Amino acid sequence: MAKTQITLALNGRQVEALVEPRTLLIHFLREQMLLTGAHIGCETSHCGACTVDMDGKSVKSCTVFAVQAEGAQIATVEGLAAPDGTLHALQEGFAEMHGLQCGFCTPGMLMRAQRLLQENPDPSEAEIRMGISGNLCRCTGYQNIVKAIRYAADKMNAAQKEAAE
Amino acid sequence: MIPGAFDYDAPTTLDEAVALLAELGEEARPLAGGHSLIPMMKLRLAPLEHLVDLRRIDSLKGIRAEGGALVIGAMTTQAELLASDLITGHCPIIQETAALIADPQVRSLGTLGGNVANGDPANDMPALMQCLDAGYVLAGPGGSREVKARDFYESAFFTKRADGEILTAVRVPIPPAGHGYAYEKLKRKIGDYATAAAAVVVTLAGGSCKTAAIALTNLGETPLYAAEASAALVGTPLDKAAVERAVALAEGITAPASDGRGPADYRTKMAGVMLRRALQRALARAAG
Repeated sequence: MAKTQITLALNGRQVEALVEPRTLLIHFLREQMLLTGAHIGCETSHCGACTVDMDGKSVKSCTVFAVQAEGAQIATVEGLAAPDGTLHALQEGFAEMHGLQCGFCTPGMLMRAQRLLQENPDPSEAEIRMGISGNLCRCTGYQNIVKAIRYAADKMNAAQKEAAE
Repeated sequence: MIPGAFDYDAPTTLDEAVALLAELGEEARPLAGGHSLIPMMKLRLAPLEHLVDLRRIDSLKGIRAEGGALVIGAMTTQAELLASDLITGHCPIIQETAALIADPQVRSLGTLGGNVANGDPANDMPALMQCLDAGYVLAGPGGSREVKARDFYESAFFTKRADGEILTAVRVPIPPAGHGYAYEKLKRKIGDYATAAAAVVVTLAGGSCKTAAIALTNLGETPLYAAEASAALVGTPLDKAAVERAVALAEGITAPASDGRGPADYRTKMAGVMLRRALQRALARAAG
């Protein structure tokens, strides 16, 4: 089958590539763009390890064809930290609050949590739990992931308050 | 899991998409949000040679109130339904239902049109649309027609949509102000399909039930509009006797599969439990 040219913004950088229509976004990111942060977990749209941001929405990149991302803004976990390496508040929160054990679900958790805090900067514990309900973690029991997201929310809100003063 | 190879088009107008589907015949499928179709393609259970992606067709998007109805573009995502003030104001049961579908990421891309047109009896929106007496607008080479949700479903994955037709919009009659409503869904976990679910809309006048509509999810080969159970409520004060009569009638039309969600008898009883809870909440919300 003929390959299709796609152009998209990936972590703020314009990229062009040739893909087969059947290439899933997760495979495009990992194998063509060599961004292996997003993980392949269940491959059946359940686990959320492949979560990336597409045009301001959290999506499971195992259930999107790369051709559907033509023209889109895609953000992956590789783009989360500042260019100088300073960790994002969420990454700091996951480290401080012990929000990971094996780490397999973490890139998806981080990207989902990042979008959740854009949608709702001050979520309750219940809202965090519902907000990450499409991301499975088999190690932590979620307690520390919830704490890590709350840590990041507090830090981001404090920084914003400080900036406003 | 990688799907088989296929050709791909993403036309920008409905006319182009209809023409493409007509030309390609049954080897082609329209692609909406992809959250039913892509998993089936990955399992190689949906053999097809051509996908016609509808995402660039602006006329399939958006929600508007028109002539006493909400007209919801088929490509409207579940997330967009949840964020719509028009829906909050006129028909909040759509949001109560959308919030119970899958998880946030799936709701980002999964569409109302895909959910209702796929014909999967496990999907939640088909029964809700039967409850609301919605109409599906279908565009084909010969023009456009509307089919009622209550007439649309023939058996699992078989609907009145012909090959070459595209569902363009769902037309939901706006329920009267003060209507009571509830969608009750029993599921094993977040993201699961219903073990049993019930959609209810009622209106009251002078403390008695003026209109009632009940529909059930994942309890047969198609969504089930419970016409007799609905009629049995009209004119009653929705007291225990009336509710139990409706529950018995609704349970009587179920024919669920025995599967991982439980044996058929259990699922039928859970349909009754969901209906009781939905009626109770609908009554509490109804004015008059």
